[in-house]
Amino acid sequence: MSARFILPLAGLLGALLLWLAGSAWLAHGMPIAADFAPAPSADALWQLLGSGELWPHVLVSLKRVAVGLLLAIAIGVPLGVLTGLSRRFAQGTTPLFQFLRMVSPLSWMPLAVMVLGVGDAPVYFLLAFAAVWPILLNTASGVAQLDPNWLLLARSLSATRRETVLRVVLPGITAHILTGVRLAIGIIWIVLVPAEMLGVSAGLGYFILDTRDRLAYSELMAVIVLVGALGYALDHLARSAHARWLHR
Amino acid sequence: MNAVVPRSLLRPEPAAPAAPVSTLRARDLAYAYDGGRPVFSGVSLEVRPREIVCLLGGSGCGKSSLLRVLARLEAPASGDIHFLGEPLQAPHPRAALVFQQPGLLPWLDAAGNVGFGLDFEHQPRLARSERAARVEHALSAVGLAGHGHRYPAQLSGGMAQRVALARALAREPQLLFADEPFSALDAITRAEMQALLVELVHRWHTAALLVTHDIDEAILVADRILLMGGTPGRIVREWTVDIERPREAQPAAVTALRLDILNALQVLRAH
Repeated sequence: MSARFILPLAGLLGALLLWLAGSAWLAHGMPIAADFAPAPSADALWQLLGSGELWPHVLVSLKRVAVGLLLAIAIGVPLGVLTGLSRRFAQGTTPLFQFLRMVSPLSWMPLAVMVLGVGDAPVYFLLAFAAVWPILLNTASGVAQLDPNWLLLARSLSATRRETVLRVVLPGITAHILTGVRLAIGIIWIVLVPAEMLGVSAGLGYFILDTRDRLAYSELMAVIVLVGALGYALDHLARSAHARWLHR
Repeated sequence: MNAVVPRSLLRPEPAAPAAPVSTLRARDLAYAYDGGRPVFSGVSLEVRPREIVCLLGGSGCGKSSLLRVLARLEAPASGDIHFLGEPLQAPHPRAALVFQQPGLLPWLDAAGNVGFGLDFEHQPRLARSERAARVEHALSAVGLAGHGHRYPAQLSGGMAQRVALARALAREPQLLFADEPFSALDAITRAEMQALLVELVHRWHTAALLVTHDIDEAILVADRILLMGGTPGRIVREWTVDIERPREAQPAAVTALRLDILNALQVLRAH
């Protein structure tokens, strides 16, 4: 029982020790690298949060995550339902989707900036493009795994196509959609930082590049820790939404 | 004694204008999976008001397909079906279905499942209060009053099938189609559910067409038994069961009918 808390703590502690040892070793030959160590980083994090300097960047990043995720859901769920319902549509689109899915979304960056201009729009595009696939594929497999008895029931009630989709198919695949959303959040959070490194003037990715240019390495490490912690929290949120829907 | 005499005994029930003689009438039905060999052909049958008809047959004889065609979930290859005197072209709101699996929607509670579909576009319009009353009424009819807030994951197999039955009753059906509704239940629960079905059919003034492979179930429940067999499937024999209920108390008559049915199966196999 206590293993549930002790083992994760032990793992984190081990990582901290490695970090400590690694930065000490690096600072041995390169004094400026002492800034990478845990203690200065913790100090920097404390100051960044205390001064309020970091919060606008966090909010901008979270807003981009939200917009990217909503776009991915708005596109991925209908396409997934269509893929799951229509064999012809699935046959027609599967190779294309698998192809696009395997291209790193960041490769579209130059094109996205050229088409959408600098600013938030290309970031939204990249995040949505990265996140749409797990949502689409999970939605489609949810439709394929729908209980045939439910569809029979809908048919015996002379349900219209709209009623079948809204009252049976969508609630029936919600658990799958939530799984897709959870995976999507993970991907978005990973893609977010590099996507914010070009053409924007705020956000956690921007801030990391900025610390590099200012040689503020303890701040760099502080933001990395924060990015990890926020990502962990987001994943936890998605996971508990999934559990809540399933258990009730 | 000052017994209350039911009104129906004092006055004969007024004949509804143009009341159809039969609830369901099918003539010369045939059905085949797309392009395949016929599953059944030349099937004609009738279900009269308030009558329980059992369609008895071994697995693969086409009885489940026949039920689906009769409920118009599938279109027949030929033949015609009349429900309450009207040609049946699509599932009818006054015909309800119960399957072997309860098929409850896990995201709705029991009451939500029972009321599911009552507000659909092709269902008769009901006020919200009337819908709630129907759900309540149907749940208490199957002995689940007060359990409406429970979710399917929290129900036993027997209770889930009761909810499925209540869902069918909430539509106030003229005909209940049931496809081996109790075959996934244990023997004791099955006996309970069989008795409940008979009671409900009588109390709710509905008719029932029950598909089963269980000879005893057919004998205990049915007013009429149709034996199905052969390839393609057809109705090979028919029995009218006029054994007094409860039939468990009539072992001699039940055994005689049982032997007769087993004999008919023997003859069928010999062909």
